[in-house]
Formats: sequence, structure tokens, C-alpha cells
Amino acid sequence: MAQLKVPDQDYFHPGHLGCPGCGAAIAIKFALKALGKNIVMVIPASCASIIVGPYPHSAVDVPVLHTAFATAGAAASGVRAALDMKGDTETTVVSWAGDGGTFDIGFQSLSGAVERNEDCIFVCYDNEAYMNTGVQRSSSTPFGVRTTTTPGQDWKRTRKKNIMETMAAHRIPYAATASIAFPEDLIAKFEKAKEKRGGSRFIHIFASCATGWGAPSDASVKIARLAVQTNIFPLYEIEDGNRYILNYKGECRVEEYLQTQGRFQHLGTEDISRIQGMVSEDWSTLLRKAGEAPP
Amino acid sequence: MKQVAEGSQAVSEAVRLAKVQVIAAYPITPQTHIVENLSEHCASGALNARFICVESEHSAMAAIIGAASSGVRTFTASSSHGLAYMHELLHWASGARLPIVMADVNRALGPGWNIWLDQTDSLSQRDTGWIQLYCEDSQDVLDTTLIAYRLAESVNLPVMIVLDAFFLSHTYEPVDIPDQKQVDAFLPPLSPRFQLDPANPACFNQFVAPQAYMEMRYNIQTAMQQVPESFRQIARDFKSIFGRHPHLAEDIQCDDAEIVFVTAGTTVSTCRQAVDRLRRAGEKAGLLKLKMFRPFPVDFLRQILNGQQKIAVVDRNCSFGASGIFAQELRAALYNAQAPPGIFGYIAGLGGRDVTPETIEDIYWQTKNEDRPQTENKWIGLDQETLKSWRN
Repeated sequence: MAQLKVPDQDYFHPGHLGCPGCGAAIAIKFALKALGKNIVMVIPASCASIIVGPYPHSAVDVPVLHTAFATAGAAASGVRAALDMKGDTETTVVSWAGDGGTFDIGFQSLSGAVERNEDCIFVCYDNEAYMNTGVQRSSSTPFGVRTTTTPGQDWKRTRKKNIMETMAAHRIPYAATASIAFPEDLIAKFEKAKEKRGGSRFIHIFASCATGWGAPSDASVKIARLAVQTNIFPLYEIEDGNRYILNYKGECRVEEYLQTQGRFQHLGTEDISRIQGMVSEDWSTLLRKAGEAPP
Repeated sequence: MKQVAEGSQAVSEAVRLAKVQVIAAYPITPQTHIVENLSEHCASGALNARFICVESEHSAMAAIIGAASSGVRTFTASSSHGLAYMHELLHWASGARLPIVMADVNRALGPGWNIWLDQTDSLSQRDTGWIQLYCEDSQDVLDTTLIAYRLAESVNLPVMIVLDAFFLSHTYEPVDIPDQKQVDAFLPPLSPRFQLDPANPACFNQFVAPQAYMEMRYNIQTAMQQVPESFRQIARDFKSIFGRHPHLAEDIQCDDAEIVFVTAGTTVSTCRQAVDRLRRAGEKAGLLKLKMFRPFPVDFLRQILNGQQKIAVVDRNCSFGASGIFAQELRAALYNAQAPPGIFGYIAGLGGRDVTPETIEDIYWQTKNEDRPQTENKWIGLDQETLKSWRN
């Protein structure tokens, strides 16, 4: 991985409303370092809509349009159209949605926007459940997880939706995964996305949630790092929907990741080996798509 | 220049003349001609605007909100289910104080599927904080659309232009389409007080605690209360440039009337004809055309209708469990009048069923034959055979 410097300049400031150890807040901090001041952010209902501050405060140095839950893709499209009509092609429009606002209620609007190849960066910061409303499952919640709507023995039996593949299926110019535990990689991807003007760019950020995942607040970065090291959340890019570029190869077993969080603690050995099987299968598929040798 | 145009074209010509910059829309019958015309205008360069072909009405309004928040003039159009699907964003647009203009083609809601005239779609959006202006004919549509932009931009509230499905949207009649110079003199370019701007970053529509939310709502109500007076001023300007004088409500032969019809949309034209016939037969019929439904012009209505004997409200809609919505609003508006009239509510012409001058005359005689209203509303022209067959 290229060793890049993390810019000193911050556009996201202390006093924000994130929980201690909030992965989403870390994601905003690094993304804004890469994007700089000349952006308009569009934020649908999400933890982020709280984190960036209540009226009359703001924790960010950029303009923010807060919008309804399902509408990030559409609202960003409208901002882009207006800026273009005003002759402003320099400002980058960045939608910043959680997994609910991307995978679920916001999916139609996002699909519409990227099918039109809107000239925006669409970001999903993914904490794998509805955290702002108190940890309810989303279609991004992985197999095996307990949430407040998948409690007890009804823990989630279906797999996490592969949002990157849905974006690839729209053949957008650029899609990438990123992690709060790999800030230089994350910054490089945002800088790359910002340079690729003229079409839709999608960045899927793994943003751990200590509060919702049953983990100590000082473990957020460690957990995010393990997600990459176990290939549970691989770092990769997809150009034009078909050129896959792998950024990291993990070698750890999933147990190392699962044991760090309360949300997996009820799982037995069989469940864990099933999860390992799923992760290994997905990893092999990804390697094949990236033209790499199988493990 | 006079041109033969359908109601849909009256909308799209007004939008072209208003130099709208961003349009987002999703097709639904019978709104389609409006957005097709505008697509043509954008493609040909007659209108320098971006047309966003969104994947739903919900996204249409969201995109327009994004564009309007960025300080450009915007437009969308919808109907029926499309408008219902937008509902959440209608609240968002008014709460964000955006001067958006949209056209709603009044169409029935399913089930059963029905594409024809019914006012329930727009009227059930009455609490969303949108100004609502109902149109009688194509000229009214064009004029009202131009006025809507001035009005929206003067009070920072969104405006819904409402026109009847097919009877207006798809009916051709002569329309005076003004030239660009006249419209430019009437409608200056948008100069928003606030817009998304990286040089002056601010958060729009953010989280707000109880200590300020109520004041924000109060400001919307205050702005709404200014609308009738703003409309009057703008309409006077309109008259000085275009020679026509649209009114928020229009009273026709009300002074000595024994029965005054109250209605909106194309039914007003039908009532005009019925009133003429009744007058010729020596009957003292009058008519009040309602253009503005939100805000409900209570003061004006009290002034005209106080002391009248009877009013007959023709509603092409129904709030189930209550009554026709115009009748309901009039009862509330006139309750505190000094001498409120008897308010006779009639529900007619739902789902595109014809309301003819004969229907209106029938309503007149039914009203004349009763001293006081016996029920909140009467349903006109129900087919008893059909109802009976369903009971068996």
C-alpha cells in the first residue's frame, strides 16, 4: 500500500455528538481531510445527521443539506444539477448515508442516481445496523448478529447484502471499500474519487460502532482492522463495474474478529465455522474477480 | 400571442417563461404531457434547464429540494399516487422554506385504478404547508403558474398549482401566451437569501431541539397568513403587465343571491353556465370561485358569505368520516361569522364522473327546497341499482 501523509487540516471538529469511540465520526474526519472545503455534503437521517451537530451548531466546516431518510441519492442529484446550472463545476457533491440510508430505505434513490451516473460521491458509512434508533437490524447486518430486532435465539440468519456488487452492476466509474483503521488508504480513495469527476463514485466505509456492537470504546479501530485482516471486510476498488483491484490480503481467522464484540457472543463453534466458510467463499470470489491466484 | 393549448401546455409554457433551472419529475397519467413538453424544451434549448429523470416521485421532490436549497428556480409535476408518494417531502419542502412550484393534476386515488378527475389527492395534502391554487381553465393555469413563482419567492413557501385531470390537462382552448420580455418584467431572477455555498458553510434542516422547533413552525404559519395580501399585490402587478387580474377567490353575482355555489377547478366554469341559466329563469343564483385553498382565505370568504342565506358547496372529493373537504373548511371558516349562511354540502363527480350544468341545477333545486341542511353532505347522482346489486 502506498504510504501517504494524512493531511493536518481538519474540517470536522471536537464538540460533535458522536458516542465515545464512534467509527462514523472517525470516517467523517478522514474523509473531509481528503475532500477539503469545496464540497456540499448531503446527509439523510442517520447517526451522522446527529453527529455533525444540532441547531444552531455545526461540527463541520462545509455546507450540509440534511434530507429525509430515503433521499440521499436524489437530493445529491438536485444539488449537483443546481451547481451545474450556476456554472459551478468545481464543488464536489458528497452524499453521506449510513447502511440504512444506503442498503435499505435509500437504495432506490441511490440506484436511480448512479444509474443516471450523477456526478457525485456517494458514501456509505456502514455500522451494520440502525444504530441511531437503538441497534435494529438492517440488510447490512451480517449473519449471526444479535440486534434489538433480532434478539435471543432469533439472531440474524441471512447474510449481509453485498452493496459493492450492486454498485458494480450499475457499471459506475469507481467504487471502493475503505476502513477507519486504514486512514491513508481511505484518504487516497477519497482523493481518487474526487479526481474522477463526471460520474458516480461510491465509497463503502467500514465504521465500527462500539455502542451497538457490544465493544469497549477504545476497541473501535482494532475491530475495524481485524475486519480487514480476516477478509470479512476486504479493501478493494472496482473501476467501471468490472476491473477489480485488491488493496490488502488478510490472513486471520474470523474468530479473532468475532470474539471482540458482544453481538457475536452467543454463537457456537458450528456457527463460527459457517461464518468462516462464507467469508472464505466471498474472498475466493473476490480474488478470482481481481485476477489473483486462489488462496 | 394567442395559441390553442391544452392545460398541460399552459403549465409547461409558463415554466419555460419563468426560466426554471432545475426540473425533476416522474411520469404519471395525466401529468405526462407537462413533463414531456418540458423535456422537449430542455432538449431543444428553448429552456436552459437541467431535467433530472428520477426513479420516483419521492426522489423527484427530494431532488428539487436539493436544487432549491442550492439557490435555483425549480419545478416538478405529479398527480394522485405520485403526489401521495411525495407526501413526506412535501412537509420537508415547506419546513425548509423553499420556493418550489409544482403542478398537481387532480386525479383519483386507487383502488380501483382510476385516472380521472378527483380532488382528494391535493386536498389530502392540505396540512403539508404548501400554498394551493386551483385553476379553472388553461389561461388561469398559465397565469397562476407565473404568479406562483413570485408568490413562492416572496414568502419562502412552496406552491402547488392544481388543475383537473383531462377536463383541463388534456383540453385544448385558446391561451394568451405572453412574450419573454413581459414575463421577465414580472418575474425577476431568483435571489435567495440562503443557499448551500462552500464559501459560506451552514447546515440546512438540521436536528432541532424543542426550544426552537415551535418557533420555526410559528414562522411558517405567519408566512402563510401573509399569503393572501402578497397574492393581491402580485396579482395587481400581473394585471399592469398582462391585463388580466387573477383573484384568490372570485364572487360572481353574489350580492342579491339566495343560493351561492362554492367550488374550485373546472367545475367553476360549469357553475358559471348553470348560474346564467338559473338567472335567466328568474332564480337568484350566485357563485364563488375558490382559487386559493391554502392558506384558506377566511377573511375574504367571511366578507362575501356572511349574511348569505344558503351556500351550496360542490366537492369532487370526500374526507371519509367527515364530508366534502371544501364544505368542511367553509363550515369552520364561517362558524364565527356574525350571520353564517346555511352550508349545504354536495359530493359529486368523483373519479371523473361528469358534472354538467344540469347536475348543478339539480343541486340548486335541492338546496332551494330545504330550509336548513339535513346532512353534512349529499351524494349526487349515485346509481342506486349498482349499490343495490352489491348488497345482494
